[in-house]
Amino acid sequence: MGNAKDTLIPGISPVIRAWASVGGKKESEGPLAGEFDLLNGENSLGQESWERAECLFQQQCAELCLKKAQLTPDQVSLALGGDLQAQCTATAYAMRTLGFPYAGLYGACSTMTQGLALAACLAGSCLLPQVLVMTSSHFCAAEREFRTPLGYGGQRTPTAQWTATAAGACLVSPQGKGPKITALTFGRVVDLEVTDINNMGAAMAPAAAQTILRHLAGRGAQPGDYDAIVTGDLGLVGTRLLLQLLEGQGVHLTNHRDCGLMLYDRQTQQVGAGGSGAGCSAAVLCAHFLPRLAAGEYRRVLFLSTGALMSQTTYLQGETIPGLAHAIELEGCV
Amino acid sequence: MNYLWAFVIGGLICVVGQLLIDLTPVTPARILVGYVVGGVVLSALGWYGPLVELAGAGASVPLLGFGHLLAQGVIDAVEEMGWLGAFTGGFTASGAGICASLLFGVFFSLLGKSRDQN
Amino acid sequence: MVKRACPPSALATDCLWAFGVGGGICTLGEGLRQLYLSLGWEKDAAGSLVSVTLIGLSGLLTCLGLYQKLAAKAGAGTLVPITGFANSVISPAIEFKAEGLITGVGAKMFIIAGPVIVYGLTASWVWGMIYAFTGWTGMGG
Repeated sequence: MGNAKDTLIPGISPVIRAWASVGGKKESEGPLAGEFDLLNGENSLGQESWERAECLFQQQCAELCLKKAQLTPDQVSLALGGDLQAQCTATAYAMRTLGFPYAGLYGACSTMTQGLALAACLAGSCLLPQVLVMTSSHFCAAEREFRTPLGYGGQRTPTAQWTATAAGACLVSPQGKGPKITALTFGRVVDLEVTDINNMGAAMAPAAAQTILRHLAGRGAQPGDYDAIVTGDLGLVGTRLLLQLLEGQGVHLTNHRDCGLMLYDRQTQQVGAGGSGAGCSAAVLCAHFLPRLAAGEYRRVLFLSTGALMSQTTYLQGETIPGLAHAIELEGCV
Repeated sequence: MNYLWAFVIGGLICVVGQLLIDLTPVTPARILVGYVVGGVVLSALGWYGPLVELAGAGASVPLLGFGHLLAQGVIDAVEEMGWLGAFTGGFTASGAGICASLLFGVFFSLLGKSRDQN
Repeated sequence: MVKRACPPSALATDCLWAFGVGGGICTLGEGLRQLYLSLGWEKDAAGSLVSVTLIGLSGLLTCLGLYQKLAAKAGAGTLVPITGFANSVISPAIEFKAEGLITGVGAKMFIIAGPVIVYGLTASWVWGMIYAFTGWTGMGG
């Protein structure tokens, strides 16, 4: 599995010089509440639809990020973003208001690292000076589109995960102050033939394991060389599987963290196997990891977002659920 | 006694559904379909009628009872108009339940709005 | 491997909830039935009235967001009774109001309940045909 060629090292290590995180109600009751830039106590934000509300989460987040970077909107050279809504409408409609040059991404819940890895390539080759990367997810918008109406009385299976109502945005530049992206690995699509749509952590774990192994091989590194190896939203089931899969390859992870398990308190918040969604890893990266990297508390972090790439149609047609994970390696400020 | 039987039989019918949810990969939507079709079959076999006699609403309120209602409606209609009754009996018997659901659906959709579960 | 990594459902607790809530809804139905019978309604009519009343109650609770909260605990206890069928019609009606009265409310009402009606009626038609041409009345009766 250790294909070293997959790992890319940007010519110069681009810098994440500003970031912002926005969370919703459940996120404001979770363990990371104190670390968000902005928390909305109510998830509709007064909008008529959940889709519009998610769009507004992204706008809030982008505007906060620009403010922290002290940039005006017309200085943004490109926005890379995506979300879980069909045809990525949350991001597209946010961009309608924000007006940046925009390239939409779809990587399901892996979108944040997909965007950051692409931004690192673009900024790392000095092609673009200010690349904004942002993603979001909204529990209500995701439920009504992919599961059942919000008022429907269904019992969640214990393996099901809770879509985060959150957004995260990062500004990537060739130079500046902030955590650096020193290496990146684009993942390959992996399918362990999981068919249960309520168990996406399991579907994504093999992709995460493979990308971690490829990245370690590409860098000639050991897990212990990192302060933390972080996955996006594997949740409880996916985390267990990831550790087992890596164990099977002789790699023992002791410093693994999963954003889906960090965002909520599983004991008290009734989120099933943990958080998920494109906004989950984005918000936890921006709320928790980037500030700590900037403060020098972490020196080297391997950060992955993991996505499950099925659709309602392929699921109903009996297809198995393929997973994808991209990794970026972050270096803290000294 | 009526109430006790209603509680116990109704409860047990639900426990069977719960076991299907927890122990098998059967989805709730399939359980609903299974219960209604199962109710038609049980009723046709003549097994569900006695349960309704015993447990009253305990047997008629679960969706198995909805199936029983369909099967009985079909019998009544066939008695009345022959084989054509197979086309009308089900709808006639289930009409109140289906119509009430649709009606309240329209009514409450005008009244209410989607609520967050967070 | 996937199976071993999964947390188990709390089977005993789930079943207890399903039994209690499901039994409770049926007992409520029985109470209503006795009430309607005592008011002089015929047996069949009383049964229909019970259904309509429970469906209305389910609609109200669905509208207030309470049916979903109860169902999170009660599972099949709120799924299997007629109130669960009503919830499956009324919750998408409310949810998809944003997509319009025709294409949202009207069309989406059937996303969960549609198959129930389709296969229930299909089964009843099959049984009606069997009954019409054979006169068979079942094994028990």
